Amino acid sequence: MKNLALFHEIAENPYDYAKKVKKESGRKIIGYFCTYTPEEIIDAAGAIPFRIFGRGGDSLADAHLQAYSCSLIRGALDDALSGNLDFLDGVVFPHTCDSIQRLSDIWRINVKTGFHTDVVLPVKLDTNSSREYMSDVLRKFLRDIENGLGVVISGNNLKASAVKYNRIRGLMGKIYRARAENPSLIGSGDLHAIVKASMVMDRDHLLEELSEFAGSIQPGRAAGKPAGKKVVLAGGVCNLPDIYSIIEESGGTVAGDDFCTGSRYFEGEIGLEGDIVESIAERYRERINCPAKHSGLWTRGEHIIKIVRESGAKGVIFLFLKFCDPHSFDYPYLKAMLDREGIPNMLFEIEEQLPSEGQFKTRCEAFLEMLQA
Amino acid sequence: MTGNSHTPDPEKEKRKIKSVKKMKEIMTNYYVEAKTAEQTGRKVAWITSGGPVEPLIVMDIIPVYPENHGAMIGASKMGIGLCEKSEEMGYSRDLCSYARADIACAPVNGGPIGGLPRPDMLVCCNNICGTVLKWYEVQARYFNVPLFILDTPFAHTGFSDEARKYVRKQVDEYIKFLETVCGKKYDYDKMAEVGKLSVQGQRLWQAVLDTAAHKPAPMSAFDAFFHLALIVTLRGTSVVVDYYTGLLEEMKERIASGISAVPNEKYRLLWDNLPIWYRTKWLSDKFAAHDACLVADTYTSAWCGSLKYINENDFLGTMAEGYSRIYLNIGVDEMAETVIDMIDKYDADGLVMHSNRSCKPYSLGQYDIQRIVQEKRKIPTLMIEADMVDERSFSESQVETRIDAFMEVLKAG
Repeated sequence: MKNLALFHEIAENPYDYAKKVKKESGRKIIGYFCTYTPEEIIDAAGAIPFRIFGRGGDSLADAHLQAYSCSLIRGALDDALSGNLDFLDGVVFPHTCDSIQRLSDIWRINVKTGFHTDVVLPVKLDTNSSREYMSDVLRKFLRDIENGLGVVISGNNLKASAVKYNRIRGLMGKIYRARAENPSLIGSGDLHAIVKASMVMDRDHLLEELSEFAGSIQPGRAAGKPAGKKVVLAGGVCNLPDIYSIIEESGGTVAGDDFCTGSRYFEGEIGLEGDIVESIAERYRERINCPAKHSGLWTRGEHIIKIVRESGAKGVIFLFLKFCDPHSFDYPYLKAMLDREGIPNMLFEIEEQLPSEGQFKTRCEAFLEMLQA
Repeated sequence: MTGNSHTPDPEKEKRKIKSVKKMKEIMTNYYVEAKTAEQTGRKVAWITSGGPVEPLIVMDIIPVYPENHGAMIGASKMGIGLCEKSEEMGYSRDLCSYARADIACAPVNGGPIGGLPRPDMLVCCNNICGTVLKWYEVQARYFNVPLFILDTPFAHTGFSDEARKYVRKQVDEYIKFLETVCGKKYDYDKMAEVGKLSVQGQRLWQAVLDTAAHKPAPMSAFDAFFHLALIVTLRGTSVVVDYYTGLLEEMKERIASGISAVPNEKYRLLWDNLPIWYRTKWLSDKFAAHDACLVADTYTSAWCGSLKYINENDFLGTMAEGYSRIYLNIGVDEMAETVIDMIDKYDADGLVMHSNRSCKPYSLGQYDIQRIVQEKRKIPTLMIEADMVDERSFSESQVETRIDAFMEVLKAG
């Protein structure tokens, strides 16, 4: 399928893609971290939101970041310092964890990638004052983007972006669900390419390609090969290596996830009535939170159990980057909740840019073998 | 028994800070009071070290500091055991050792004082890190008590009006929270009084620290690490004001009589980051042996660093900004400026930085601060890789070699 070929091409060389689009269309490219970046506002400004994953290698980062920093911030800083991100017209740092927060400072001091903006979002999401502040911060971000890019964002621009993002997220959700039901419909490597491409592509182009691709999926098609044992992924692998393929090669099928590079990215819809900034803010507050944010004491555990129950998964694989404090703090309570529910689970911490595949695969195989068929 | 142990070295005796005894009494009474709160019917709140304690004092709630507890665990060298226990509970070894030690203590009443008194509520202010949020969530689940989060937006390059409004609203939410938990009205008159005492205490603490600008310094950062406990725990009470008044007096007397913290002070150093609690004595002796005194530090001064934002006559109205713009909640470049100001103020000859595995907000960015200081002040700097409580991350021989090499550079300069 031609859509898939395109997604793969972009996912493999996102930087080449961005440079090409920039050259051909003159569009501005805005780098960002994390799914809490209000991308809708960047898109409404006519720029392309480009998620920074970091490409590995971290020798230049050594002069700025200790060895006990996660591979995402080390890899991203290394990319920036080596000039690989020079095509960016600006970078947005949403307030999430302590590491991203300090990366923003270090970046601002040492890297020249256009304008630099911090979106200092609330950390707690479940109070009245934080609701109001979330909207205030998005309005401030909108002004920062207008000033930074020298554009004016109209209410219509913003609404059109909200509609676009609703459609993109809806299609991503549809593709995910179709695949969870019948894994032979979409290859694991293909899904990975779609997710990764969706975070860097011109969103109008993405919407076209996704619509076409989603239309071409035939849910009724018989499974080509027996599906593996269903598992749910939980945690966060912000730099997005292709773990789906490893899990499938080990005899598993990813039936759902609580990942910021997965369902957390596309779940939830922006209400189109009323103040559009407030509606965008509301979606970021309402969707299941990243552990760097607070929204109740048991919310994340209950959410993961719900995904397991709804998807019929037999187990949960926790995956997060080594030195990720928010995920590491939540892990014991999440594990205890799953254990109480009798849901088998395993944890794998990823040390480097890509998982040491052999080791991860061995762990997955052992875990999947133990799960009920 | 030899006679030596009975005859104190008069030289050493002279250098001892006399207020220490009083301080120990105050802290002992405080912990006894906290641990018997259940009998006396007073409520106990666990609160983060950078959190707004004043409203608790107004409500006659006993504030208890898990971070102070962490420091005690570190100083009494119980860190490894408790950290290992937390790892058995599923917490990664890469997490903050204060948090790990405290979390491991709670179910077994472990540690040097047999655990902290059970909290009636938790108050978490994230102006020092995102870690406290996760840590307090863990304890809120464990103790099943109400948790209040004061969310202080990070001030990378300034403090926005949006953030100021948000934190100010949360101050009101905080007071409502306390009224609900305590079942009584908030006393705003008392708040005005407590606010004044808090500012007074902070000013006195700053004045105490400032005495180290004198050459030779009457006290060192190692002394500050000890005397810090009061401004952290009992800020807003007259106990703090009285104690620091006495301590300041003593420091002035030491200056007048020429008593210095280090016998032959030749080199003056600035310390950055939390203390290495299990090695303070060793480090103090090590530097003193080189005639070096750590005259100031970025850590203990953090409890009076945002005084400029606080109006003592409108404490409640201005505390939002004061609590949001503390040392750890600002950008790396502003931190570097603060360090440079301190180098100038205390006339420091060198900078010693503790790269602390436990504390990312404090440590990530240190390499840049180090470079900026070298460029702007051209003084030698030393980076020590360690951890504040978990001794497994400390290599004595490596640190010793690095200190010796650093001192050689200083002496040659």
